[in-house]
Amino acid sequence: MSNERNKSTTFPPRVISEIHRAAGEGIYEIRGGGAKRSVPNFDDLVFLGASMSRYPLEGYRERCDTDVTIGARHASKPIKLDIPITIAGMSFGALGANAKQALGLAATAMGTSTTTGDGGMTQEEREASKTLIYQYLPSRYGMTPDQLRQADAIEVVVGQGAKPGGGGMLLGQKITDRVAEMRTLPTGIDQRSACRHPDWTGPDDLEIKIRELREITNWEKPIYVKVGATRTRYDVTLAVKAGADAVVVDGMQGGTAATQDVFIEDVGIPTLPAVRLAVEALREMNMHREVQLIVSGGIRTGADVAKALAMGADAVSIGMAALMALNCNAPLYEEDYTALGTTPGDCHMCHTGRCPVGITTQDPELEARLDPEEGARRVRNYLSTLTMECQTLARACGKSHVHNLEPEDMVALTVEAAAMAQVPLAGTDWIPGSS
Amino acid sequence: METFDLSSAEVRDLNRRLQMRDGDDGERQFRVLHPNGAHALAAGLTHPIDVTIEGHTGYYCAGMNQEATVTVNGNAGTGVAENMMSGMVRIRGDVSQSAGATAHGGLLVIEGDASARCAISLKGADVVVQGSIGHMAAFMAQAGKLVVLGDVGADLGDSLYEAQIFVRGTVASLGADCVEKEMGETHLAALKSLLAQAGLDADAGSFRRYGSARQLYNFNIDNAGSY
Repeated sequence: MSNERNKSTTFPPRVISEIHRAAGEGIYEIRGGGAKRSVPNFDDLVFLGASMSRYPLEGYRERCDTDVTIGARHASKPIKLDIPITIAGMSFGALGANAKQALGLAATAMGTSTTTGDGGMTQEEREASKTLIYQYLPSRYGMTPDQLRQADAIEVVVGQGAKPGGGGMLLGQKITDRVAEMRTLPTGIDQRSACRHPDWTGPDDLEIKIRELREITNWEKPIYVKVGATRTRYDVTLAVKAGADAVVVDGMQGGTAATQDVFIEDVGIPTLPAVRLAVEALREMNMHREVQLIVSGGIRTGADVAKALAMGADAVSIGMAALMALNCNAPLYEEDYTALGTTPGDCHMCHTGRCPVGITTQDPELEARLDPEEGARRVRNYLSTLTMECQTLARACGKSHVHNLEPEDMVALTVEAAAMAQVPLAGTDWIPGSS
Repeated sequence: METFDLSSAEVRDLNRRLQMRDGDDGERQFRVLHPNGAHALAAGLTHPIDVTIEGHTGYYCAGMNQEATVTVNGNAGTGVAENMMSGMVRIRGDVSQSAGATAHGGLLVIEGDASARCAISLKGADVVVQGSIGHMAAFMAQAGKLVVLGDVGADLGDSLYEAQIFVRGTVASLGADCVEKEMGETHLAALKSLLAQAGLDADAGSFRRYGSARQLYNFNIDNAGSY
C-alpha cells in the first residue's frame, strides 16, 4: 500500500528511465514506429447495424463494391483501384529490397497501389508493382524525371504524421553502398533528410510546382499532396487550391523508420479528428469526392477502414500494419530481439537496421529471412481480410458500396471521440461542440 | 529555327513541342518570344536541342533538364534548372532563389547575381555564378561544384556533404560543418576547366575552396547543437 502511495504520476518509471538515459547519452532518443501513447481512435466508434428502420444486405451474397478512382480532377490517366486500401510510402533504405518487392507484389495481386519513399524507385519495386505512386520529397534523394515519368501517380510529401515539420533520418548502418549510391551520399553516414522542399515554400509556390510536375509528365499523372495531421482543415484547403488531385492526411499514429521520439509522441493530432477536419474542408469547397481523400496513421483492421470511409475518406493507406503482416514484431528469432534490448510485440528498432525478421534492414543475412513471395502472400491475405471485414460492416449497414457508409452509421463510445469525429455519443443525440 | 511566341501560344503547347512528345522531327533550334515571366518554361526537356528564351522567365525554367541547352536572355525566377540531370542552362541576367536546386548533372551558368539557397541540395551538377549570391547557398549540397566569382551571403555550405565550393569574393559566414580547404592542383585544374566551360574569364588561382569538415556525418553528442 505504501509503495502505491509513493509512486509518482509525474515521474512514473518510464519517465525516470528516460531522464536517466538522457543524462547518460546527452541526445534525444531516436526510434522507429508510430505514436504509442493512448489517443482517441477508431476503436472509440461503433457502427449502428441495420434493424427495423434500415435493412442489411445479405452477407457474402449481395454485391458490395470496393473500387475507387483517384486523380480524375486534372490527370488524364487517373488511378483505378479495386480496393480502397493502399500501401503507404516507405523507402528502399528504410526497408530492404525484399520487403519492398513483397509489398509491390501483394498490392498488384489485390489491385491496389504501393508507394516509393525517400531515395527514389528501385527497379524491383517498379516491376513488382502494377500501380506505383512516386513520392516527391523534400530531400529529393534519388529523384529523377525518368522515374517521375515511370510512376503512375506523384505524391508531393509536405509532411508525415509521425513527424510533421520534421525531416527523416536514416542511420549509417542502413546506408549501404546501394542506398548511398541511390541517394548520392557517402556510405555509412547518418543521413538527414530536409524538412522542407528546397525550391518552394508555401501554397502559392506549391501550385506552381504542381504545374511544373504536370508539364514534365504530360498532365497524365494524378498528383497527391501528403500532409501530416496538424492544422488539417487549412492544409487540405490549401492543397486543393494548389491543384492537388488527391490529398493524403497522415495522423500521428503513422509510423516512420527513424526520428526523434519526442516528434513521434508530441507532434500532430490523431487520425480520428484529422479525417473529420479534412472532409469538412473538402465539403466547404464542394470538392468532396472530386479530390480524393486518403487517410493513414494507425489503420489496422477492416473496421478501421470502414470507419475512415464512413467519415468520408475515399481510401486509406497502411504502412506499419502492412509490415506487421510481413512478420514485423512476430515471435521469431527471439534472441535477436533480445540483442536489441526489446521483445516481439514491443520492438521499434527499425532505425538500427538490425530487424530480426528481415524487413527494415539492409543486412543481406537478415534480409534473407524475408522471402518476397511468402511475404507477398501474407500481405495479400491481410489486405483481403481488411477488405472483407470492411464489406461485412458495409453490408450490415445496408450499403452496396463501401463508399456509401456515412457518419450517420456510427456513434461514439467516448465524449472525446464524439467531439473529434462529430458523431453522437452512443445512446444520446449529443455531439460535443455542435449540439 | 522554330519560333514560339508566348503572347499567342500556350506554355503547355511549347513544352509539348520541346519535349518532342509527338516525335522527334529533327528540328534542333528553338526561339521563345514574350515569355513574360511564365512558369515551367522549357521544363522536362529530354533531347539535345537548343532553346533561347528572349525575356524574363518565372519559376522552374528548364526544370529537370536532360540533354538540352537552354539560354535565357533575361532574368529567371525561383528554381531555375532545378533537378537538372544533364545539358546546359545559361541565364544572362539575375536569378531568384534555389537556382540549380538538387541538380544531378549538367552545367548552370548565371551571368548575373543569384538569390538565397543557390545550389541547395546539389547532387552532382555544376553551378557557376558570375555575380554574387545570397544566404544559405549550397545548403546540404551532396555532390558537384558551386563556383562564385562575386561575394557570398551568410551560412555558405551549411550541413554540406561532398559538394565543392569555390569563391573569389568575400564570404559573409560559413554554415555548420563547412570549412575552407586547401586548393590542390587537381582542384585548380577542375576549376579552370569549369570556368572555361562556362565561358568566363577569371584567374582560378584567385579563388578559395570550401568543403565539408565531415564532423556531422555521424551523430555525436559533442555536435548535437549543430544538427
